[in-house]
Amino acid sequence: MSNHGTAAARDRASVIVGVLLLLLAAILWYDAVNLGRTVAYGIGPDMMPKVIGVGLSVLGILSIISGLRNPARETEPADWRAVVIILGGFLALTVMIGLNVGFIPAMTVLFAVTSFAFGRRALLADVAIGFVLATLTYLLFSKLLALSLPRGPLEQIFG
Amino acid sequence: MDSFLALMSGFAAALTPAKLMYASMGVLLGTAVGVLPGIGPAVTVALLLPVTFKLDPSGSLIMFAGIYYGAMYGGSTTAILINTPGESASMATSLEGSLMAKSGRAGPALATSAIGSFVAGTIATAGIAFLAPWMVKLAVMFGPEDYFALMVLAFITVSATFGDSPLRGLISLFLGLALGLVGIDKLTGQSRLTFGLPELLDGVEVTTLAVGLFAIGEALHVASQKRDEGSLLTLTGSLWMTKEDWKRSWMPWIRGTLFGFPIGALPAGGAEIPTFLSYSTEKRLSKHPEEWGTTGAIEGVAGPEAANNASVAGTLVPLLSLGLPTSATAAILLAGFQQFGLNPGPLLFAENAGLVWTLIASLFIANVMLVILNLPLVGLWVQLLKIPTPWLYAGILMFAAMGSIATKGSVAELLMLMVFGFLGFMMRRHDYPVAPMVVGLILGPMAESQLRRALQISIGDPMVLVQSPIAVTILAIAAVALIAPFVTNTKKFAQDED
Repeated sequence: MSNHGTAAARDRASVIVGVLLLLLAAILWYDAVNLGRTVAYGIGPDMMPKVIGVGLSVLGILSIISGLRNPARETEPADWRAVVIILGGFLALTVMIGLNVGFIPAMTVLFAVTSFAFGRRALLADVAIGFVLATLTYLLFSKLLALSLPRGPLEQIFG
Repeated sequence: MDSFLALMSGFAAALTPAKLMYASMGVLLGTAVGVLPGIGPAVTVALLLPVTFKLDPSGSLIMFAGIYYGAMYGGSTTAILINTPGESASMATSLEGSLMAKSGRAGPALATSAIGSFVAGTIATAGIAFLAPWMVKLAVMFGPEDYFALMVLAFITVSATFGDSPLRGLISLFLGLALGLVGIDKLTGQSRLTFGLPELLDGVEVTTLAVGLFAIGEALHVASQKRDEGSLLTLTGSLWMTKEDWKRSWMPWIRGTLFGFPIGALPAGGAEIPTFLSYSTEKRLSKHPEEWGTTGAIEGVAGPEAANNASVAGTLVPLLSLGLPTSATAAILLAGFQQFGLNPGPLLFAENAGLVWTLIASLFIANVMLVILNLPLVGLWVQLLKIPTPWLYAGILMFAAMGSIATKGSVAELLMLMVFGFLGFMMRRHDYPVAPMVVGLILGPMAESQLRRALQISIGDPMVLVQSPIAVTILAIAAVALIAPFVTNTKKFAQDED
């Protein structure tokens, strides 16, 4: 019945999750005690963070215990490179939006980088497709549905 | 009789050419996005929510209803044709549905799911029209402590029914509750967990969390796997149902609706239980047991599909009358209502009765629109499934980013979206359900304000929480729901809820 494996075979992920939950609980608690008290009766804004903090601590401890007692769960091997590339593409989009480069170029980059991460190697073709898609999306949503999308130099052309 | 008259005026408001156009646009967009593999109704609605922003309230509600039904139908199409259910509620459909598609009967499978959804949706919407006003009468008797108890019940059932262990569900729920604290406290104006960042004062948007966890998380997951996500089955044979198919479908439609609507309407429902109940009932009652698990039995598609649609319509009852979301999709719908400046709950029926009835009428109209548009267009939706994976997910990411840019357009919002995407990927990788987190984010602040209101009335006496008989009953049910999975250790149907 007991399934004490070697240290390596135990469910490390659950232990890590448990530690992170305890850390989050500490942040909630710290934030709550540093709120000024303004309420004479009833409960103030610090009550709920404390309750949730206690809940997170209990769950964190349970998670650590379960991680130490159970064997590791199977996780599929992951291609981390693809994950990093996609997140990088998204970050590029964010930076471009922040620098007011405009909606269409930012979306084009996101499209091309994501396609690349999924194994496509025809980068120029993907840039072209991304550009057309981004332009169509821009026109559809900003003109037809009157949503305000960020406008860079390129978008000014469409008025 | 009042309901009937109100419903008629709702129809009058919804049946104008412009409104019908919004409904059909909603159905088409909802189906187009919902049909994409891995994108369930909750994400579809979250992704398409910004589209409705600039319309007038009734126009956006109508489009919203169309998107919602379209998304449901799109999800079933994917479940049948490529055996990748976008959410756990279509898992039962994909069992027999994909077998039917493999044996060349994809057409009738899609048809029985569309018509079954229509039948169930119509009956269930009628159910909403008559049940919701009655629930409202009940709801006005509820005090804040009773609402708080209801929300505790919703927390427990949402986290205990999703995923394979209650511990994992609760962890996800509490992460959502913690996120719900971020921002300005509504009662005192103090800012919590903002770390001095002005971008965090407004709190975390439910749509940002849902799109990040579900859509971006899914894209990262697929990219990390690099394997073929099940092959697409071609549509061969007749698209239409034979007389025999009709005869075998109509009873499962009705039975599925009868399972789905009442369970969905409970504040602790969900769509998984009724779909699997319907599946096992049809299997037991079937006159063609040899088809189950081999060539695919049409009853196994008709019943669960109807149950799914009816239960989703059922979740609108607690949502509209109590303001209580009981599923991820309902949580997104609630966020949508709030963006239109509407607060579902008993007051909504009193203050904005016209809009509520327009919405209910729109649900009927969207349902009809769905059958009219989607039966002939099924070939087109199948084409969408043929888009190569890289472009498909690049497009999904574009759409996800666009929604966030159109709503807030801030760098902080996009960064949050990215962080939630990575979190969703990691949670999925390690078998943590993500839906409880979305529900926790939206319900947490609501539960807090009800709790504080109750304690303010009682001048800080916590006993008020257990003095009302309604609250005690609901809390007792919640306690049973929390403890039962640990005791019985039943295996859940749902392994994956997005």
